[in-house]
Amino acid sequence: MKIAIASGKGGTGKTTLSTNLAAYLSETEKVVLNDLDVEEPNSGLFIKGKLIHKEDKYKMIPEWIEDKCTLCGICQDVCNYNAIVQIDPKIIVFPPLCHSCYACSELCPEAALPMVPKKIGELKHFEYNKLSFIESKLDIGEEQAVPLIAQTQKYTDEHFSDDTIKLYDSPPGTSCPVIEATKDADFVILVTEPTPFGFHDLKLAIETMKALKKEFAVVVNRFGIGNDDVLDYCEKEKIPIIAKIPNSRKIAELYSHGELIYEKVPEVKLQLKAIKDYILKMIEGGKR
Amino acid sequence: MKEIVVISGKGGTGKTSITASFAYLSGKDIVVADCDVDAADMHLLMKPDFKESEDFYSGEIAKIDQDKCTNCGDCANVCRFDAIPVINGEYIVDPLSCEGCGYCARICPVDAITNELQIVGEQYVSTTRVGSKMLHAKLSIGADNSGKLVAKVKDEAKKIAKNNNKDFVLIDGSPGIGCPVVSSITGANFVLLVTEPSVSGLHDLKRVYQIVKKFQIKAGCIINKSDINPKFVKEIKEFLNEEGIVHISNLPYDENFTKAMTIGQTIVEYDKGDLTKILTKSWNKIKGELL
Ligand code: SF4
Ligand code: SF4
Ligand code: SF4
Ligand code: SF4
Repeated sequence: MKIAIASGKGGTGKTTLSTNLAAYLSETEKVVLNDLDVEEPNSGLFIKGKLIHKEDKYKMIPEWIEDKCTLCGICQDVCNYNAIVQIDPKIIVFPPLCHSCYACSELCPEAALPMVPKKIGELKHFEYNKLSFIESKLDIGEEQAVPLIAQTQKYTDEHFSDDTIKLYDSPPGTSCPVIEATKDADFVILVTEPTPFGFHDLKLAIETMKALKKEFAVVVNRFGIGNDDVLDYCEKEKIPIIAKIPNSRKIAELYSHGELIYEKVPEVKLQLKAIKDYILKMIEGGKR
Repeated sequence: MKEIVVISGKGGTGKTSITASFAYLSGKDIVVADCDVDAADMHLLMKPDFKESEDFYSGEIAKIDQDKCTNCGDCANVCRFDAIPVINGEYIVDPLSCEGCGYCARICPVDAITNELQIVGEQYVSTTRVGSKMLHAKLSIGADNSGKLVAKVKDEAKKIAKNNNKDFVLIDGSPGIGCPVVSSITGANFVLLVTEPSVSGLHDLKRVYQIVKKFQIKAGCIINKSDINPKFVKEIKEFLNEEGIVHISNLPYDENFTKAMTIGQTIVEYDKGDLTKILTKSWNKIKGELL
C-alpha cells in the first residue's frame, strides 16, 4: 500500500509525522519511508540509520557535437523551454531549463545532439532498526524535482514488495512535484494545523487531491492552538480526521534536537496508533 | 527604491507572520508582494481587496483534433512524458502529464495537434487594509512554472513602487530552494532569512544561503523561537558570522504568534509586549542596512 503524506504548505509537521509514523509502524509492519521532498529532504535529520546503498541520479540532456553541426537552427527552434540557443557560431545548452523531451536531439538532421546523462542528485537508502528509509536530494541549482521524484518511486517499487507499507513524505505546495509524489498513492494523509494559515492551505491541498481523485484523510497537528475552523470544515465535508497531535513546547524542543517524539510523548504514540489502526483496516478492507 | 525579500528555506518558520508585521508597521509607505505563489497566505493577515485580477498564462499544452487524427500513433511514440494514452481507441492528451514540449505537434503528419497556451494562475493588484498596494497571485493546481509567475508579481510590484515614489518593496518570498526562490531573490537589495534553532532549521538555512550567496545579495537573519534550543542559536550565530550575514534579532517562542494569526491580525497589532518591540526594532535595523 502506498500512502502519501502531504500538506498544502511546509511547516505543518509533515516530516515529524512521516518519520514518527514510519518508525512506529516499523515496530510491527514492513515499512519503507521515502523522503520525496527532494529539494530539501529533512527526514534524514530524524532517522539516521545505516547507509546500505547510494546512487547518483541523472537526467538526459543534449550535448552538442560541434563537428557534425551545420548550424541549421532547428534545435533552437524546436525547444519550447529556451534551453538551447544558437549564438553563432555555437549552440549552447542550459541544462537546468531542459525538460529532457528529446525533440532537439531527435529532430537534428545531423545527429549532432545526442542525449547524455547529467547528474541531478543522489539517492540514498538507509536502514534504521526495522525501518527502510530512502532519501533523494536534488543538487543545488537543479530546478526540476519531478524526474528525481519519479526515479525514487521507481527505485522503491523495484526494491520492496507489494505488502510493504510505502510512505511518501511529499513536497509542499500544490504544483508539479506534489502531483508527481501523490499520483500513484492509494491513500493520502493531509497534515494541517488548526489555524487560518493551516485551514487555507488545507483547502488547496483538498482541491488538489480531489482533482487527482485521491482518497484522503486529515491529521491535525498542533491541536489545541488556533480555532475550530478546520474541524468544523472536515465535519461538514465528511472528511475523516484520523488523528490530532497535541500542541506542546516539549514536542517543539524534541523536534529541534532532531529526535523522534512518540517514544517520549505518550499522547503522540496514542495518536500514531489511531493512524495505524486506520491504515491496517484499509489494508484488510482490500486495499493493497 | 529598494527591494527586500524574506525567505526561509522551508515553511513554518514564521516568515509570513514576520513579513506581514513589517508591512503593517510601514502602512502606505511601501509596496507589498506575496511571492509564495504556491500557497500564498499573506492575504489572510493584510486583507487586500482582490480588486484587479488578471489571468496568468504560461507554458503550453497539446491538444489533438480527433477529426484530423489518423491514429498513426507517432505522437504517443515521441512523447517522453507518457502524456498521450489511447483511450477508447483515440489518442488523447492527458493534461496533468503533458509538459507542453511541443514535440508531438511538430511530428504529427496531418497537423492534428495544436499547442494551446495554458492559464496557470491569476495575479492580483490590491489595496490592503493599511492602505498599501499589494501584489499577489494564485497558481492553478498542478501548474508548473511558478518561477515565471513570481517574476511577474515582482516586476509589477517594482513598477508600482517606482510610479508612486515608494522607498521599499517588501516581498514574502517562496519556500524551498528551487526555481521560484531564485526568481524571488533575483534583483533584490536585501534578503532576510527567517530561521529557527533546530536541526532542520540550520540545515535549510545553510542550503538556501548557498543560493543567496551566488547572487551576492546582502543578507540578514532573524532567529525565531530562539529560546527553544540555545545550542542551535549559537551554531546559527556562528554560521552568520562566518558568512557575514547580519544578525537582525532573536524572537522568543510565543503563542501570541498563533493567537494573532488566528484572529487575522499581525503580531505587532496583537502583541503589546516584547514581540512587537523586537519586530519594530528589527524592521528599522533592516531599513538601516539599506541606507
Ligand atoms: S539542429 Fe543539429 S545541425 Fe541544426 S543547429 Fe542544431 S545541432 Fe546543429
Ligand atoms: S531535450 Fe527538449 S527541452 Fe531539452 S534542450 Fe532539447 S528540446 Fe529543449
Ligand atoms: S501523430 Fe497526429 S495523426 Fe498520428 S496519432 Fe498523433 S495526433 Fe493522430
Ligand atoms: S507536448 Fe510534449 S509532453 Fe505534451 S503530449 Fe506532446 S510530446 Fe507529450
